[in-house]
Amino acid sequence: MRRLRMRSSIDNCLTYGLVIVAYVVIRLLLAGGNISYALQGQLVPITVYIVMAVSLNLTVGVLGELSLGHAGFMSIGAFSGAITATLLELLADTTSTTWIRLGFSMPWLRLSLAMLIGGIFAGIFGFLVGVPVLRLHGDYLAIVTLAFGEIIKNVMSILYVGYDANGIRVSMDSANALKLDEGGTIIVNGPMGVIGITKLSSFTAGFILILITLIIVLNLINSRAGRAIKAVRDDKIATESVGISVWRYRMMAFVISATLAGAAGALYALNYSSVVARKFDFNTSILVLVFVVLGGMGNIRGSIIAATVLTVLPEVLRAFNEYRMLTYAVILIVVMLVRNNATLQHVFRQVGARLSKSLPIRRKGGEV
Amino acid sequence: MNESISKTKMVPLPSHAIIPERDASQRPILEVYRLGINFGGLVAVEDFNIAVGRTEICGLIGPNGAGKTTIFNLLTKVYQPTSGAILLDGKDTSNMNTAQINRAGIARTFQNIRLFPSLSVEDNVKIGLHNEIGYSMATGILRLPAFYKAERRAKERVMELLDLFDMTHLASHRAGSLPYGAQRRLEFVRALATNPKLLLLDEPAAGMNPSETEELMSNIEKIRDQFQIAIMLIEHDMRLVMGICEGIAVLNYGQIIAKGTPKEIQTNPLVIEAYLGKKKGDQVC
Amino acid sequence: MDFLSYLISGISLGSIYAIIALGYTMVYGIARMLNFAHGDVIMVGGYMSFMATTRFGWHPLLSVIFAMIICTVLGIVIEQLAYKPLRAAPSLAVLITAIGVSYLLQNAALLLWSANPKSFSSVVPFDSLRLFNGKLIISGTTIVSIFVCVIIIMTLNTIVNKTKIGKAMRAVSEDKDAAQLMGVSVNRTISITFAIGSALAAVAGVLLCSAYPILMPTTGAMPGIKAFTAAVFGGIGSIPGAFLGGILLGIIEILGKAYISTQLSDAIVFAVLIIILIVKPTGLLGKKVLVKV
Repeated sequence: MRRLRMRSSIDNCLTYGLVIVAYVVIRLLLAGGNISYALQGQLVPITVYIVMAVSLNLTVGVLGELSLGHAGFMSIGAFSGAITATLLELLADTTSTTWIRLGFSMPWLRLSLAMLIGGIFAGIFGFLVGVPVLRLHGDYLAIVTLAFGEIIKNVMSILYVGYDANGIRVSMDSANALKLDEGGTIIVNGPMGVIGITKLSSFTAGFILILITLIIVLNLINSRAGRAIKAVRDDKIATESVGISVWRYRMMAFVISATLAGAAGALYALNYSSVVARKFDFNTSILVLVFVVLGGMGNIRGSIIAATVLTVLPEVLRAFNEYRMLTYAVILIVVMLVRNNATLQHVFRQVGARLSKSLPIRRKGGEV
Repeated sequence: MNESISKTKMVPLPSHAIIPERDASQRPILEVYRLGINFGGLVAVEDFNIAVGRTEICGLIGPNGAGKTTIFNLLTKVYQPTSGAILLDGKDTSNMNTAQINRAGIARTFQNIRLFPSLSVEDNVKIGLHNEIGYSMATGILRLPAFYKAERRAKERVMELLDLFDMTHLASHRAGSLPYGAQRRLEFVRALATNPKLLLLDEPAAGMNPSETEELMSNIEKIRDQFQIAIMLIEHDMRLVMGICEGIAVLNYGQIIAKGTPKEIQTNPLVIEAYLGKKKGDQVC
Repeated sequence: MDFLSYLISGISLGSIYAIIALGYTMVYGIARMLNFAHGDVIMVGGYMSFMATTRFGWHPLLSVIFAMIICTVLGIVIEQLAYKPLRAAPSLAVLITAIGVSYLLQNAALLLWSANPKSFSSVVPFDSLRLFNGKLIISGTTIVSIFVCVIIIMTLNTIVNKTKIGKAMRAVSEDKDAAQLMGVSVNRTISITFAIGSALAAVAGVLLCSAYPILMPTTGAMPGIKAFTAAVFGGIGSIPGAFLGGILLGIIEILGKAYISTQLSDAIVFAVLIIILIVKPTGLLGKKVLVKV
């Protein structure tokens, strides 16, 4: 028993350690100018996708429900977060109150508030979506999350938000329908998405968000509520029979997952000068799901590694130029086949054994 | 005989006749009145009445398909009854769901074992202690002192409970990897962890050899004595049923055909008929 | 009159969805997997027909048969290489593999035919039908789509309910292991199901491109998702359900576009799906599964 408890805490320490070491190494490489420009541009997206993957793993791996609409919550977070950041900046520019001006002119404060608001909005949406979705099970639940993701994308594409002296104006029709005063600002412009964003995100902010996500998710998993969530995954009827409300813990996992995705969405949006709703479509949801499945269901460290490798991979494969997405697809299929087929695993192991025999390195025995 | 049948039909009260004397002065822990359910016209259980004393061990027997497990499912609201009332400790349970029923005091095991197979034995029991542990989600995430205190106490309790069945050495094993008998015992422990007043055991001795069954019998009695709870069990092993049950209800085609002490049941011709079929030329009563 | 015309184009679009949905629903019913690459097989079917008519100068009807043959072969190859090794794997692993196959097909198409949209000329040789003094115009493609869909549904229903292979399919969908023990070749049945589904995808691809004549590597993606939705809508695993779901989805989409909002038409379709599933959690014609405790 003590062994199991220790193994799980060692496991968590390894996860935190991995993230921290990776951060320090990348910082050092950045300082030495050893990271290509293209890869530098990927640093914030990598942190975003790590948070997305870890949060989706809470729903898919820990709760055991397939969600195909995770990008929808990212979208809510991206829009509400970007709007928040822009509004705070406008407020700092126009206000006469000194403390507001000074406070909100600090980028890190605007970024933190944007991520917080993005998370809260996505969490609220998670709850609203969860009420109908969590009445369903299995593939039906999956298809409804897909449907919600598409609905969010559609609605966000016709959203117009502006700000002028009279405050915030919202329309679902057109930018003109906002009837902004002279000097008013259009913040969200329909299909063009959120425009005129001041870039606030940084690699360090992403790193901190990952740490917060890990603290929330790992501590949750290893606590009373997390046990209940895992119980729901294993057997719903048995969970009810020991006096635990299945609905409550399914909802809890779903909302926390949505909240973290929202914060990641805000971080993502504030990394660019504009962001469109189309970015958060079904393909993005699937991309994150691929990270989770390849990293291993319920395996948080696996999600982190898979998200990193698969985000960097297309960049690395740039050498193959036009074949890179094709190669990516082939790698994905082959990895899935090898991981899940006993015969193929056997073949690979034999090849591996032959290789290691030919190498002069003696392998240490141990648990795998 | 005729008179007694008509009496039960007229007065739909559960018969208290088989409640052991020591519990007779107190209100029964479970009273079931005219419980029934039909699945799209098919009547699975009809007019089921029973009262179970506070520390009684009560058996529910009957041929396969008689509706025994259905009754457990009705009592725990896995199925919604179409008629009748269930009183637990005098309280109506008609508006409760499965989880609330458990919190009100009924715990159960399942005929086809339902553990949390991917979790450790310890976690399985801790999940049974869920409502007793009771710190909030935020406490868990923020790792406040209350978290460590509650977890430590929970762990002690888990070990105490596992010790009842000599299972402490299995605490760190995956529940799904346990041998069959140990899985049954773990389900028993998990149900007990929810601190029930009434424990429903669905075929606890299934798949056990005679010596294991012997041990189980003494364990059931031990637990009843130690925890002072009522136990209702479904079982096909007659040695177990006749050995430890104080009252027995026999079910056939969804209806109670006999109630009484083990001795009464063994000699009841209706019961013999239900189990062995009617012999040609045999007369009932 | 406008309404009637919208309704007819809705039924026509719905017929195409229904044909695609059949592929999803049959594969799901028998192999219990969501074949996400199905939508991309549609796209391949479209390109094949396009190539046959423009590059080789074949007759449109011949091009359809060509597309069907190629897609059938493609379907079987995909099944054998990517899905068959995962028979015992968890369903999510199969789903991700299917997504991989989908990426593969899309990117292969991108390499072969580039991202530039091809303008597809309809394979339907008939002129539009003019009714009520030209107030109601029904295009030839519309009529053919509906007609083809009805024929396919009737044929499939006969195959599934009347033939030996149909009996095998029903047995496999009911219980794979039991079917195997009764001498049904599960692998062969699944392969045949994929073959039928892929051939239907080719037909759907040609019809889709005839109705909406823009052909791109991503042409199949959205209709694929919607047809999948239609299959769930009708109750996944049920052939009449796929038909009903497809037709209803098409009608809702076209009417939503016409009367509510062009941009929100997809949102409306998905909102209706959600409402249906909440009221009837296994779709319109889906079977209710009782959990045994």
